[in-house]
Amino acid sequence: MHSEMETLNLAVVDDELGIRLGVSSILSDMIMDIPDVGCRIRLQVSSWADGESFIESLDHSTPQIVLLDSKLPGIGGMDILEGTLSKHPDVVTIMITAYATLESAVRATKLGAYDFLAKPFTPEELRVTVRKAIHHYVLAAQARRLMEENRTVRFQFISVLAHELKSPINAVDGYLDLIRNRMLGPELSAYDGMIERSSLRIAGMRKLINDLLDLTRIESGQRIRSMEPLILEDLARSAIEGQETAARERGIRIDLTVEPGLSIQADRMEMEMVFNNLVSNAVKYNRPDGTVKVALSRRGDEVEVQVTDTGWGMSKEETTRLFSDFARIKNEHTRDIPGSGLGLSLVKKLSSLYGGSVEVESEPGVGSSFRVRLPFQLSSAGTGGAVSKETDHG
Amino acid sequence: MSETTVLLVDDDTDFLVQGTLQLEQLGCRVIQAGSRREAVAILETTRPDAAVIDLMMEDPDAGFTLAYQIKSRYPQVPVIMTTAVTQATGLSFEKVPGQEWIRADVILSKPVRAAQLKAELERLLGHAL
Repeated sequence: MHSEMETLNLAVVDDELGIRLGVSSILSDMIMDIPDVGCRIRLQVSSWADGESFIESLDHSTPQIVLLDSKLPGIGGMDILEGTLSKHPDVVTIMITAYATLESAVRATKLGAYDFLAKPFTPEELRVTVRKAIHHYVLAAQARRLMEENRTVRFQFISVLAHELKSPINAVDGYLDLIRNRMLGPELSAYDGMIERSSLRIAGMRKLINDLLDLTRIESGQRIRSMEPLILEDLARSAIEGQETAARERGIRIDLTVEPGLSIQADRMEMEMVFNNLVSNAVKYNRPDGTVKVALSRRGDEVEVQVTDTGWGMSKEETTRLFSDFARIKNEHTRDIPGSGLGLSLVKKLSSLYGGSVEVESEPGVGSSFRVRLPFQLSSAGTGGAVSKETDHG
Repeated sequence: MSETTVLLVDDDTDFLVQGTLQLEQLGCRVIQAGSRREAVAILETTRPDAAVIDLMMEDPDAGFTLAYQIKSRYPQVPVIMTTAVTQATGLSFEKVPGQEWIRADVILSKPVRAAQLKAELERLLGHAL
């Protein structure tokens, strides 16, 4: 793994010159690998003979790790820990105590110290304790960073979601306003189109909310799965049946090719989501009088569900962002096609949850082909949280 | 006075329908565009008297780009931007110093009422509709 060298600042605060010099010389050359997060740490050591000058130094720079003597000539180590350092919760403090009494250790820990070292200590004891502190610091920093990133991603998600939820409300609201003001005259039938559009927008919003709930349940692992052997052909047929009306209206033919005997161990509702999303997309984004081909086959240890349409296709750039949340390809062909923008995101999340994958190939003007691969026979995971990812091929 | 031509840009068909009705009621001629790209193509050959454009279209900030493109080509054409995102996200696009990069003359929250649209158009065009 590629390791990046990072420098952490360690401050030693002790009135004994010997301790300060010793710590500096022992730790200055220390390089530590943290394999969990793939980084290497080098220490830069600064030392202070009393608490007052150390506290003053915090105005300019804050060390990440502090070795703090509990008995200092002026302000004591415990007071620094309780007062100044409590305002720097990220700083990892190791107390140096003269007597290794349980009492002082407990007190220091209660005040927020991470660990303590009893004088006199060997270079090895120092190294081990500091190593532990570095490890703790790096992991805590990593956790903070991840939390921050999550917040950003969450904000972006909510912003887009808000837009997607507000658009239908605004559209219906706009129609109601036009109807209220009798924009097309007193005849009620003149407003049939507006009422029809409003119903459609509300239906779209309901679909979005349902998809969103599905997505959230899947991502949180809260949904109770009921694993059972499922015959792929049945899933495909029922997904096709569900789209028959929509397909007939636009003259679209749906062909099914099946290799017999294909089944998987999975949760029925989740597999229905995968099949329904793929088939309904292939119908929705097809051109009038087009064709949808659904093919089920075995590829080694996996089953492959391939759904091919004769729609408008997508550019390379469009296919790369297709599986993200709310990624709807917007152009003159797709503008009037309703969709939550979450369908393929669901397909992708479910496929990977079952240890499978999803791929798309598309050619603008010709059509698109989606291939979902799932492990042929999953070891039974029974009911409950996560799906076992153990498969025959490992 | 000759007819006022308004370029109406939105990727949501329902807003195109509604906006067109509202604007035609005001006696305007409406040119519709369903994306920033379509709008740019129309601007090649047509100079509208005003533009009413959506913010989030093919890109989340397509409206900002389009406003910039309209103003670069026709600095005098008023641009009204409509958006559903302001209140929901806490983002504020109000005209404040340092945000001159937003080239729209006014930003309206959706849904936009006919009276509001009329008032803003008349103010920006400097004449009654």
